[in-house]
Amino acid sequence: MAQRIDVKDLNIFYSDFRAVADIEMSVEPRSVTAFIGPSGCGKSTFLRTLNRMHEVIPGAHVQGTVAMDGVDLYASDVDPVAVRRQVGMVFQRPNPFPTMSIAENVLAGVRLNNKRISKGDAQDMVEQSLRGANLWNEVKDRLDRPGSGLSGGQQQRLCIARAIAVKPQVLLMDEPCSALDPISTLAIEDLIAELKASYTIVIVTHNMQQAARVSDRTAFFNLAGTGQPGRLIEIDDTATIFSAPREQATEDYISGRFG
Amino acid sequence: MTTIAPEVGNSELRALLKYVDKRRHRKNRIMKWLVVAAFVLAMAPLLSVSWTVISYGIERFNAYFLTHSMRGVYGGMDAGGVYHAIVGTIEITLFAALISVPVGLLTAIYLVEYGRGRLARWVTFFVDVMTGIPSIVAGLFAYALFAVILGPGVRMGAVGSVALSVLMIPVVVRSSEEMLRLVPNELREAALALGAPRWIVVIKVVLRTAVAGIVTGVMIAVGRVIGETAPLLITVGVIDSINFNLFDGRMMTLPVYVYGQFQQGLVPCTEGQANCIATVAYDRAWAGALTLILIVMLLNLVARLVTRFFAPKNLG
Amino acid sequence: MSTIQSPPAPGSTARSGTEPSGSRRRKRSARASDRGASRVFRWLATGAGALILVTLAAVAVFLVVKAWPALSMPSDELVKQVGLLRNSTSLLDYIGPLVFGTVLAAALALIFAVPVAIGIALFISHYAPRRLANGLGYMIDLLAAVPSVVYGLWGALVLSPKVQPIWAWLNETFGWFPLFGGKVSPTARVLLTVAIVLAVMILPIITAVSREVFLQTPRLHEEAALALGATRWEMIRTAVLPFGRSGVISAAMLGLGRALGETMAVLMILSPGFLYSFHILEAGQQQSIAANIAAQFPEANPIGVSTLIATGLALFVITLLVNMAARAIVARRKDFSGAN
Repeated sequence: MAQRIDVKDLNIFYSDFRAVADIEMSVEPRSVTAFIGPSGCGKSTFLRTLNRMHEVIPGAHVQGTVAMDGVDLYASDVDPVAVRRQVGMVFQRPNPFPTMSIAENVLAGVRLNNKRISKGDAQDMVEQSLRGANLWNEVKDRLDRPGSGLSGGQQQRLCIARAIAVKPQVLLMDEPCSALDPISTLAIEDLIAELKASYTIVIVTHNMQQAARVSDRTAFFNLAGTGQPGRLIEIDDTATIFSAPREQATEDYISGRFG
Repeated sequence: MTTIAPEVGNSELRALLKYVDKRRHRKNRIMKWLVVAAFVLAMAPLLSVSWTVISYGIERFNAYFLTHSMRGVYGGMDAGGVYHAIVGTIEITLFAALISVPVGLLTAIYLVEYGRGRLARWVTFFVDVMTGIPSIVAGLFAYALFAVILGPGVRMGAVGSVALSVLMIPVVVRSSEEMLRLVPNELREAALALGAPRWIVVIKVVLRTAVAGIVTGVMIAVGRVIGETAPLLITVGVIDSINFNLFDGRMMTLPVYVYGQFQQGLVPCTEGQANCIATVAYDRAWAGALTLILIVMLLNLVARLVTRFFAPKNLG
Repeated sequence: MSTIQSPPAPGSTARSGTEPSGSRRRKRSARASDRGASRVFRWLATGAGALILVTLAAVAVFLVVKAWPALSMPSDELVKQVGLLRNSTSLLDYIGPLVFGTVLAAALALIFAVPVAIGIALFISHYAPRRLANGLGYMIDLLAAVPSVVYGLWGALVLSPKVQPIWAWLNETFGWFPLFGGKVSPTARVLLTVAIVLAVMILPIITAVSREVFLQTPRLHEEAALALGATRWEMIRTAVLPFGRSGVISAAMLGLGRALGETMAVLMILSPGFLYSFHILEAGQQQSIAANIAAQFPEANPIGVSTLIATGLALFVITLLVNMAARAIVARRKDFSGAN
């Protein structure tokens, strides 16, 4: 009963340009995996292929397989909309829907599928998701207020609540704390530690210390040069990556010689 | 307390991923075709109008039509043209442009180069509001203006020009303003740094850079007012013969001509009556409409050519 | 320090002007040091700007001045002197049906035009390939280039005969519905036909403004919706339409303003009457203010002219209010953009 992700021979394209090449890795279930690497090396691009958001851009496509529990997400009979339901995403900048209240934001994804949820069920779902995102106590008295009235950190937790309300298998996080202050960042990191009991989490981060704090395994990506595709250089247990990495490039990046 | 994600085995997961909610996807597809249909629906009247004007208008549209007035034409006579209307339209519109362009351009210069604070905000707001003045109200205003100054019952071309300029000015202001804002600030600052006085900078640097765009904007504005009928109906009136004088007596204009012919309707010709065409008025109306549309298209085409050939390439 | 303005496309109808920033400091010193010709030039420019305000005020003033004889005359006097009022008891009584007809025609046109305009705007902004967006928008804008007198010709001579059978069928099958009742006109020169032509005429402006607004939906919100597992339409419903709501309302009001003031289409197509009638398939029922003025002006005596100008004043006030409200909505939403 695991939600592992296996990536094999994945090449990611923007029209004819190959942005990321030959990825082969696994993400363990119920763990936190961090993607680190310099800017522009394709971490976010790769992350977006895990929930088929990459192909939303006109001309973007992939070759290879991304399998969740053995089911290839890119198989021809798989519906991208269903994939995005099973693989949730939290973005770099918090983006609660501005015209909706907090409660409506949480239920936004749920409403897409089941038009009719009884009021009681809806309230339960809202409370459950907000508790899961460690936001319930702060907003339980103002569920009808607009989602945009919260602080940055709260907004991001609202987005997390919204993402887990649809009960996905996997949670993808694209630099979720880069727009937040340090205290909110810590709150989110604590949340991630709790969430990993129930979800498989993949987080892209620019902040190496964060990767070291939060993740169980870390993958390091790099670019060979400008115009070259990004590649996966090394993936291993976080402790190993940060103390005794195999590749020289990883060592150089960790110790700040570039990046 | 965290939410526990549902445990799914392999086959359940596969089913979940392959599950295509038919209802949602059908709705998605329906909406897609609806928006396409909306676009096609909008094209239908455009095509119908174009086709009608061309196919009906081409019948009487020839050199004779363009060079003769309606002097002495009555009943179902196979005669008559739009020369007087073309003259009137060109003169009245040119005079309107003569009024509108300086005022509009200076206002745009004010808004871009000088305007800060409350006056500019009011001006900008009311320029927008002015674009919504009904054309007939503009005509009534022009009539009222001249009636107060010169006495009632005044009908002359210039009154029509004033009415048209009320409609033209906001358009000229808006388009000139956009063109002026396109001029990069670096140009202004470079000129000022060289010691040029402000007014020289505005005229010789900013205006000169934006002139092509401004000319285009003016031509498009002219194209918009050249088809206005209502204000001219009530200010300039209807005549059959040529009048070159803007300040004396009525003038015919193309849109009013089209309306006038339409009003005449079918001529009651008796069977076999010589030189009587029942639909002659409608035929002339369509030919007049074709002339009008051709002039508008010509203006737009020349406007685009001016932009293509004279506008600085690296603007914006 | 310099800023480059991002230009809206020439000819676009949406307002997006911003002041060249960073020049406030320069402005104060410039104003102080403007000498001679520069000062004159600045006054000229400022004067032109003020002239705009003066002109608008003048429109109101001159209309009131010329309408005053009719406005100030007691009703029974007025009715005696003005042939137009022979069936009315007062100026208000005369204007009433005209306002009704104007608003009914415009409201119908709006009902037809707004859904189609939203559909087209969505099509151009979210369904069609991006590089076609400008070309498609241009094709819709062509509808605005057709002069109103040509629409009047087309409506009266081409559209009316074509829709007559449909109107007859509507009258027969749905005659119980208040709008479709009455005796159907054999020429279809009726308010419903006028409403269709008006809808075509106001379509371009509603579409253009809506299109601008939809294109401005932050990508972030669109992606948030998609990442939750939404189909394209659901994404539009969740992120685009709510974001664009006030913009669409403003666009609709601009269209309303145009429809209220349109003269020629009504004048040439409608077979008028002076009733408070909802029968849009029957001839000789309604008339609009603008078409009435155009029709009666040439033959009116001086006091009649005053009366007509008074009706024109009413139209001016109505359209002024609608347009001001529309622009105020757009101005307000610019400050509160909804995106962080």
